[in-house]
Amino acid sequence: MAIHVPPKDWFKAPAGFERVWIGLALVWCLVMFLAMPWWHFKGRQNSTGEAYKVEIPAFAERVNRFVSTYKVGEEAGIPVVQPPPGGEAYLQASMWRWHPILKLKAGQTYRIHMSSTDLQHGFSLQPMNMNFQVLPGYDHVITLTPTAPGTYPILCNEFCGIGHHMMTGRIVVE
Amino acid sequence: MAETATIPFVEDPTRAPPPVGNQAGAVRICDTTGLPVCTTAQTFIRLNAVMAVVHLLVGGVAALLLVLTRWPAVHLLPADWFYRVLTAHGLNMLIFWIIFMEIGILYFACTTPLNSRLYSKGVAVVSFALMLVGALMVNAMIWTGRSDVLMTSYVPLRAHPAFYLGIILFAVGTLVGVFNFFATLYIAKRDRTYDGSVPLVTFGATAAAIIAVVALLHGAAVYIPAFLWSIDVIQNVDPVAYRVVWWGLGHQSQQINVCAMVSVWYLMGSLTVGSKPLNQAVCRGAFVLYILFINIASAHHLLVDPAVSAGWKIWNTSYAMYLAVLASMIHGFTVPASVEVALRRQGHNRGLFGWLAAAPWRNPGFSGMALSVAIFGFIGGITGVTLGTEQINILAHNTLRIPGHFHATVVGGTSLAFMALSYYVVPLIFQRDYVMPKLARVQPWLFGIGIVLLSFGMSFAGSYGVPRRHWDIEFTGTQLPASFDASVHFWFGVMGIGGILAFTGLLTYILLTVITVFFGEKNEGRPMRAW
Repeated sequence: MAIHVPPKDWFKAPAGFERVWIGLALVWCLVMFLAMPWWHFKGRQNSTGEAYKVEIPAFAERVNRFVSTYKVGEEAGIPVVQPPPGGEAYLQASMWRWHPILKLKAGQTYRIHMSSTDLQHGFSLQPMNMNFQVLPGYDHVITLTPTAPGTYPILCNEFCGIGHHMMTGRIVVE
Repeated sequence: MAETATIPFVEDPTRAPPPVGNQAGAVRICDTTGLPVCTTAQTFIRLNAVMAVVHLLVGGVAALLLVLTRWPAVHLLPADWFYRVLTAHGLNMLIFWIIFMEIGILYFACTTPLNSRLYSKGVAVVSFALMLVGALMVNAMIWTGRSDVLMTSYVPLRAHPAFYLGIILFAVGTLVGVFNFFATLYIAKRDRTYDGSVPLVTFGATAAAIIAVVALLHGAAVYIPAFLWSIDVIQNVDPVAYRVVWWGLGHQSQQINVCAMVSVWYLMGSLTVGSKPLNQAVCRGAFVLYILFINIASAHHLLVDPAVSAGWKIWNTSYAMYLAVLASMIHGFTVPASVEVALRRQGHNRGLFGWLAAAPWRNPGFSGMALSVAIFGFIGGITGVTLGTEQINILAHNTLRIPGHFHATVVGGTSLAFMALSYYVVPLIFQRDYVMPKLARVQPWLFGIGIVLLSFGMSFAGSYGVPRRHWDIEFTGTQLPASFDASVHFWFGVMGIGGILAFTGLLTYILLTVITVFFGEKNEGRPMRAW
């Protein structure tokens, strides 16, 4: 019994169906073990986790410079910014907005720098449902190539205080 | 008088009489199982179980309020209370209910199966007092609105210092209890109260205790700096470091639950159908895999984080995680297989599944255990492995798919297993037979089916991008509009109905257990009534 002291000779190699099952499970674990790194390099859909330590005011300053240089319009009081195709873009999270609205070109590859000026935030791009963590003090760089034109809302999916559910942003791809 | 229970293993004539215990008078022989029960351990098993159920009630009421708020058709609570209740739900359920219960399980697993006394009553008092004070402080800080930081309290989100201090006290109390467990293992070995290796249940509990120590050291490494930061002694806690170490606590503490739950599966198999492990080496080896590989597997919480490299993420989630998964795959086979062998030995041999049909489904101890195995394995396990894959995690991180997964593991798995355990703990340790046994028979089904629906609803809504921990998915009044596919409303409905069912099952469990503990028929001097 599971509750009794086992017989003296309890140490035995697995046998029968138990052995078959452990073998199958192990093979399946090995397949998964190989599949994930393989598709990381082959699929090229995942971030490398590229990030740099950054002072919050310094990052905010870079965002301001980016916005004033490439601003092309304004919507709902939020600047719309069109970075140079294939260039660097900035997205700043703060309680409770994503700043600015980014206007990107389909087929061009951008390096998007994301950071927070206050709490931890969660970048969640809809409806394709792509999620990244955005932390204060870290410049998280996502290399991204938009493929389909459209208007994509950004949500926050990391709790950041009472206005968390009000925090939305936008990426426009044309 | 009702039929009394015969626990199948009592009649095993091949079993040698146990060596003499070290309880020195503070022992009674169980009238049902013939096993020795240390009366000091019994007192603290009772105390911890009672506190567990109290916190389960608090967390359960919070759960109902949350379900009724996230279900857009109801949207009950205002935003501030939603996040407050969510904080309370996470801590009361995931920490207080489960860990109080686990300390009770540890005290059982080191005394009765080893024929030993508990090492120290004083240590048990200190442990219980610290845990209780910690839990009260945390609850006081949450309910008075001074710590709306959710379970993870990610810095620089700031709670009241007493919130961090309460968690630290609770963790220290837990460590003290775990120390009492290890010290009891030591004196049992020293006094030769058993002959040979420890029983499997004790082995599994030991695995849980070892993981608990490692997890709680991670806890100390985040909550002490967070506490010092909250009283302005240190300037800054790095958010990346906090996340990496916090998940060393957050994920490993779930593995304490898994180890305790699997031990309970084996225990319930023994108590309800007299099953015994097919191969002790396999079962024990699987527990060792948990100890070795679960820590770094916590990297799967950080798959979309900055500043931790892709190589670190991939290695720790693919290599380390799958070896821990392998352990669950093994237990998921050996537990049902040992039940099958036991039932076949009792003559239930018709066809491939005759044994399954003949299983004691009317016994809530058995049905709760069986449902726990099925829900944990098929829903919790499969979603867990899926979500822990880098390529899928990017689609699932912080969406409702995540709570959809862990409500299948920790609620449908661990909590349900602990409920099943109660259907024996209350008669055997509190020595009272359950009131309303017919209602108790239905309870695991009500709770289990409710949790399955809740988990499905959350998972499918989350697959459309719906965030977890979010008050308003209609985005009323936001600067820029956002919305989800209309079908998420259907899945919220499934979640809502499942949540109400599960809450009904939970309330049934609590009422039956509390009424029994106070007013149930005493069974001292005779075996417990059969289920």
